[in-house]
Amino acid sequence: MTPILIAEQVLNGLQSGVMLFLMAAGLTLIFGVMGLINLAHGSLYMVGAFAAAATAAVTGSFVLALVAALAAAAAAGALVERLVIRRLYDRDHLDQVLATFALILIFSEGTRWIFGSFPLYLDIPEALSGPVTLPGGIQYPLYRLFIIGMGLVVAALLFWLIARTRLGIRIRAGENDREMIAALGVDIARLYTLVFALGAALAGLAGALVGAIQSVQVGMGEPVLILAFVVIVIGGIGSIEGALVGAILVGLTDTLGGIFLPQIFGLFMEPAAATQTGAALASMAIYVLMAAVLAWKPTGLFGAKS
Amino acid sequence: MSRERILGAVVLLALGLVPLAAHVMGEPFTITLATRAAILALAAVGLNIALGIGGLVSLGHATFFGIGGYAMGILASHVQNYEPMFEWPFLFEGSTSMPFIWLVAVLVSALAALLIGLLALRTSGVYFIMITLAFGQMFYFFSISWSAYGGEDGLSIYVRNGFPGLNTLDPIQFFGLCYAVLCLVLLGAHLLARSPFGLALGAARQSPDRVQAVGLDPKRLRLVGFVISGAITGLAGALFADLNRFVSPTMFSWQTSGEIMVFIILGGVGRLFGPVVGAAVFVMLEHFLGDMSEFWHIWLGLLLLAVVLFARGGLVGLIAGREKAHD
Amino acid sequence: MLKQLLASAALVACATAASAEVKVGLITTLSGGGAGLGIDTRDGFMLAIDEAGRDDLEVVVEDDQQKPDVAVQIADRMIQSDKVDLLTGIVWSNLAMAVVPSATAQGLFYLSTNAAPAQLAGRGCNANYFSVSYQNDNLHEAAGAYATSADFKNTFILAPNYPAGKDSLNGFKRFYEGELAGEIYTKLGQTDYAAEIAQIRASGADSVFFFLPGGMGISFLKQYADSGVDLPLVGPAFSFDQNILQAVGDAALGVKNTSSWNKDLENESNAHFVEAYLAKYDRLPSLYAAQGYDTALLLLSALEKAEITDKDAFRAALKEADFASVRGAFEFSPSHHPIQDIYVREVIKEGDILTNKIVGTAIEDRGHAYEDECKM
Repeated sequence: MTPILIAEQVLNGLQSGVMLFLMAAGLTLIFGVMGLINLAHGSLYMVGAFAAAATAAVTGSFVLALVAALAAAAAAGALVERLVIRRLYDRDHLDQVLATFALILIFSEGTRWIFGSFPLYLDIPEALSGPVTLPGGIQYPLYRLFIIGMGLVVAALLFWLIARTRLGIRIRAGENDREMIAALGVDIARLYTLVFALGAALAGLAGALVGAIQSVQVGMGEPVLILAFVVIVIGGIGSIEGALVGAILVGLTDTLGGIFLPQIFGLFMEPAAATQTGAALASMAIYVLMAAVLAWKPTGLFGAKS
Repeated sequence: MSRERILGAVVLLALGLVPLAAHVMGEPFTITLATRAAILALAAVGLNIALGIGGLVSLGHATFFGIGGYAMGILASHVQNYEPMFEWPFLFEGSTSMPFIWLVAVLVSALAALLIGLLALRTSGVYFIMITLAFGQMFYFFSISWSAYGGEDGLSIYVRNGFPGLNTLDPIQFFGLCYAVLCLVLLGAHLLARSPFGLALGAARQSPDRVQAVGLDPKRLRLVGFVISGAITGLAGALFADLNRFVSPTMFSWQTSGEIMVFIILGGVGRLFGPVVGAAVFVMLEHFLGDMSEFWHIWLGLLLLAVVLFARGGLVGLIAGREKAHD
Repeated sequence: MLKQLLASAALVACATAASAEVKVGLITTLSGGGAGLGIDTRDGFMLAIDEAGRDDLEVVVEDDQQKPDVAVQIADRMIQSDKVDLLTGIVWSNLAMAVVPSATAQGLFYLSTNAAPAQLAGRGCNANYFSVSYQNDNLHEAAGAYATSADFKNTFILAPNYPAGKDSLNGFKRFYEGELAGEIYTKLGQTDYAAEIAQIRASGADSVFFFLPGGMGISFLKQYADSGVDLPLVGPAFSFDQNILQAVGDAALGVKNTSSWNKDLENESNAHFVEAYLAKYDRLPSLYAAQGYDTALLLLSALEKAEITDKDAFRAALKEADFASVRGAFEFSPSHHPIQDIYVREVIKEGDILTNKIVGTAIEDRGHAYEDECKM
C-alpha cells in the first residue's frame, strides 16, 4: 500500500462524501425548518438524474442537462410540497413516513412508466473526461475533481445563503420558532415551498452529477437516501455543518473501510476468506460508526440538545 | 360493544371463514393468501405495540421479522442437510419442530430488540426512526454477505416444519395454526394494552414527565414494550418463512419494514384490529391490483396517500368512527 | 347477424382457451429495476409460442417483482389455482432457489430460461428440472479460458459479495492459468468503483476480469473508461447485453465478453429469430430473449412428441432437445444442463447502435463442473 494509493482513496472518500452532502443538506434543511422527515428525497435525486439524461440525449449539452436536473427536481419538489407535503407539517412523524413512502412508490413506478425499464445513458462531457496527473504523481479522473469542486462550491453557497441572505435569516428563524416568524408577517407557505424546492434541487443536482458516472435507473435513489439518513443522524438533524462533517465522515469510512478491512483480515486469514469477511464487515462499517457516535452523543455531533 | 369491536370481530371471523369456504370449494390458493394475511397481520400486531401504544415509530421491524425467518431457516437447514449445528457441549442437529423454532425465534428477536432498543431509545423522534432503519440495513447487508446460510440466495427448506398433531403440509391445517397464533396474540395484545404496564407505556407516550413523576421510568417502559414488540414480529417471521418454505435477506430489507408499517396505517394506528384489517386489505390489493396492471405500485401509492391524508385513523377509523384516533 | 357471429366466435375462443390442454406458468420480473431482463425473457418466449399458434397451449404470465417471497407465492398460485403443468421464466438465482426445489418436488416440470445455480446442477439436481440457458458458472469459465488463451499473466478479478459473485470468481479461476494480481468482493448494489479502480491501477495487473450484472456493470464501465487505466477487460455477457449497452455508451467499445449466444451466430433459426423479434418488438434481442425463445422451442418440440400428462414420456421428449436452437448445436448433459459452445464477443458499433460481434470460441462443448455430484 503506497502513499499515492492512500491519497487517491482519500480523494475518493471525499468525493463520495461531497455528493452525500448535497443529498443530506436538503434533507436536514427540510427537517430543520419544517420538522418533516422526507423518505421521498431519494426520488428527487432520481428525477434529477433522469431529467439530465433525457436532456443530454436531446441536446447533447451537459450544462443544459445540469440545468434541467435542477429545474426538474425543484419543480417536482415544489409540486409535491403543494399537493401532499403541505398537509403533513402538523402531523406526527408516522404519517410523514407513510405518505413519503407512498410517494416513493409513485415516483419509482411513474418514472418507469415514462422512461421504460431499461437504464438511461448519461455521459461525462468531453471537456471533463479522462484522468489528470496531480502533484505527487497521482492519476485522478478530472470529472471526480470537478464533482468535489462543485460540491464544495454548492456547500459554500449554501452556508452563505443561510448566514447572509434574507431567505437564510427566515430559514434560521423558522428553525428556532415557527409561530414567531408567522407572526412577523413572513409568508410561511411560500417559505416552506421554497425551502422544499431548494432541498429537492440539491438532490436533483447530485443525481445528475453522479448519473454521469453511474447508472441512471429506477430505484437509484434509495441506497443514497439511506446513506444520507446515516449522515444527518451522525451530524445532528437540522444542522448544515453537521451534514457536511457527517457526509465526509461517512464517505471516508465507507471508501477506506472497503479497502483496508479486507487487507487487515488478510494479515491473519486465507486471502479468499479475508476478502469476504472484510467486505462483509466493510458494508456494515458506517452503521457501526453511527452507533458509536450515538452512544457518545445521542443527538449527533452538531445536534441541538433535545 | 363498540362499533370498532364489532368490526374487528367481523374481520377476524371473515379471515377465518374464507379459507374454510375455499377449502370446501377446492381453492387452495385462497387459503395460502389468507395464511399470508394472517402472518403479516401478526407481524403488524407486534409493531403496533411499539407504535400504537408506545408511540415508537420503528422503521426497522424487518430486523426482527428477518431474525425470526432465519431462526427457522438455520435450524431446519441443518436437519435437512444432516449437518449438526454444533457438537459441543452436546450434539445439536437443528430442529424441524415448529414450537421449538418459534421459541428460538422469539428469544433471539427479543434479544436483538433489547440490544437495539438500549441504543436507539437513548434518542427519540426522527433519530429513533432513522436509527432503527439503519440497524435494519446493517442486518440486511450482513445477511447478504453471510455465505454460510446462502447469502443473497437465501435458504430453501423443502418440507414445511412439523407441529405435533397436525399435518402442516395441508394448507388448511397450516392456516388454522397461524390463525390460532394470531388470535392468541391479539388476545394477549388486548390484555397488555389494558394491563398496568400497557397503561403506563401509553402514558409514557403522552406525557413522559408525569410518568416519571409517579416514579416510573419511561425509558424502561419503552424498552420492555420494544422487546415484546420485536419478539412478536420475530414469531411472525418464523411463520412467514415456513409459509414460503424459504428465507432470504429480502425479509431484512427496509421495504419490508415500510410494508409492516403500511399495514398498521391502512388499518388504523393503536387499534387492536387495525393490523388485521390492514394486512388483509394489503394482501387483497397486491393480488387484484397486481393482476390489473404492471404498474400497480402507482395505484398502491396513491391509495396509501389518500388513507394517510384523508382517512386518519385508517380504515377501521373510517368505518368505526374516530373514538380512539391516535394523536 | 354479424354481431351474433362475432359473439359466438368469441365464445368458442373462450371455450378453447378454458379447455387448454397444456398450461404453462411464466414467472419473471416485470416491475422494478430489474424489469428489463424479465421483459426480454417474456417477449422471447412468447414470440415462439405465438409463432407456433397452438390453441391448446395457454401461458400464464406473472410478475415476481424480483422478490423471492412473491415468486413463491405466485408459484403456489399457479400450481394450486391455475393448475399449470410446467413453470419457467425466472431470471434470478435466488428466486429460482426459492421456487424450483418445491415445484419439482410437487412433480411439476421447470425449464430454466436463465438462472441455473450450482445447487440445482449438482447435489440438488432433479429429473424434472431442465436448464435451457447454461450452468451459472459457464460464462465465467469461458472468460477464464479466454484470459488464458489471450496470454494474460496477471489478472485482477472482482465480483459482488454474494453467492453468484463467489461462483463467478471460482468459475473464472477454474479455467485461468495465470497469476492473480488481486481479488476483490464489492458490495452488492455498489455504484461507485473509484476505490476498486485505484487498487487495480496500483496492483500491476495486465488485465481485469469482472462480473457486475445490471446497473453495477454500467457504473463500473463508465468509471473505468474515465479513469485512464487501459488494461484489457473481460467479463461475462451480463454487463454487455443488448438492453444495457446503450446505457454504458462508448465506454464498452472493444471490451471482450463471453456469451452462449449472439445475434450474428450463423444458423437459420437464429436469423429468423433476430428478424422476427426486431419486427415484432422494434428492438434487437438480448441473450435473455434468445434463451426465452429457445426455452419455448424446447417446450413446443416436446409437446409434439408426448402428452405432458405422461411425465416419463414428456421428460424423455424434453431430454432429446429436438429443436432448432438459436445457438446452433444443443444437447443436454445427464444432469439436464446444456452442452454447448461458449463464444467470445467484442462490443462494436453498428451505425449508432452498440452491439456485439463474435470474435472466437472460448470453450467448445462445455457442460458443467458439478456433473459428478448429480445422482439422478
